[in-house]
Amino acid sequence: MAARIAYADVEVGTEMPARDITVQRIDLLRYCGACSDYTMTHWNERVAKSVGLPDVIAHGTYTIAAAVRVLTDWVGDPSALVEYSVRRFTRPVVVPDDDIGATVRISGAVERLLDGNRAQIRLRARFEGLEVMSGARAVVRLA
Amino acid sequence: MALNHDFVGRTHAPDEVYEVSREKIRDYAVATGDTHPVYLDPEAARALGHPDVIAPPSFAVMLFFRFGGWPLYDPEFGKRKEPVCVHRAQRVEHQRPIRPGDRLVQSTTVDDMSVMGEHEQWVMTHRISTVDGEHVCTVVNTILSRGTAALPRQTPTAPAPAPELQTQEV
Repeated sequence: MAARIAYADVEVGTEMPARDITVQRIDLLRYCGACSDYTMTHWNERVAKSVGLPDVIAHGTYTIAAAVRVLTDWVGDPSALVEYSVRRFTRPVVVPDDDIGATVRISGAVERLLDGNRAQIRLRARFEGLEVMSGARAVVRLA
Repeated sequence: MALNHDFVGRTHAPDEVYEVSREKIRDYAVATGDTHPVYLDPEAARALGHPDVIAPPSFAVMLFFRFGGWPLYDPEFGKRKEPVCVHRAQRVEHQRPIRPGDRLVQSTTVDDMSVMGEHEQWVMTHRISTVDGEHVCTVVNTILSRGTAALPRQTPTAPAPAPELQTQEV
């Protein structure tokens, strides 16, 4: 364990640096393959629109993985992550068929200090100015 | 067609073993855009105190499809190919990171099924362990099945907002 952030150096409200994550169609295609999740709304525009979505959408699991990645990059060691959860994937991240993709702003802040040098982090992901996950949290074990 | 709510309490534990490799970890890490050296480079991982590379925290969720996606494709479950399912919620708890050489098994239990207007949802817990019985990770998924509920009578009032589009903060 080599977390770079020390428990003693954070308090409730301490923010991790926010970061923009760009998601393009090719990223969704790679993710479909890597996790064998070929749900058609993540790659097929025709099917996505037929179920009332504006276009192909990112996997919710991809979005929370991106948020967790920003957190583990801040903490310094991904094995410091004990758990993460999302209460609701509330809004889809719509990924257009262009060279720009969708931009998701990831941010987070310490919400509670726990025992054993652990901290609970509130994670947020905003797309087009709106939250795409509600109740997203993670617990990390700090140095 | 409505889903089969008799699945509540059922557990599926295939004999199949998933053996974790460095290359699959690399493949998965690159696919998620998370290229921290602890996933890719054994030396960098050792510098952080690990015996070998480790898998990204979300690696475990991939086992759902790898182990056949039960109960999604069980004919008795009643899920037709269309319309689609939507991920509503997820929880991942690690006892330790997943590493190359881990021989993993997964058991899946359907904890709850419910009707939400025209939609249905189910909650399932995946318990991931080594073949030796060491508990490594637990994943809980909540999946919304759009439009599959057996609709009662239509009411003339405005329809409730689609649950997956609620933006209420909790």
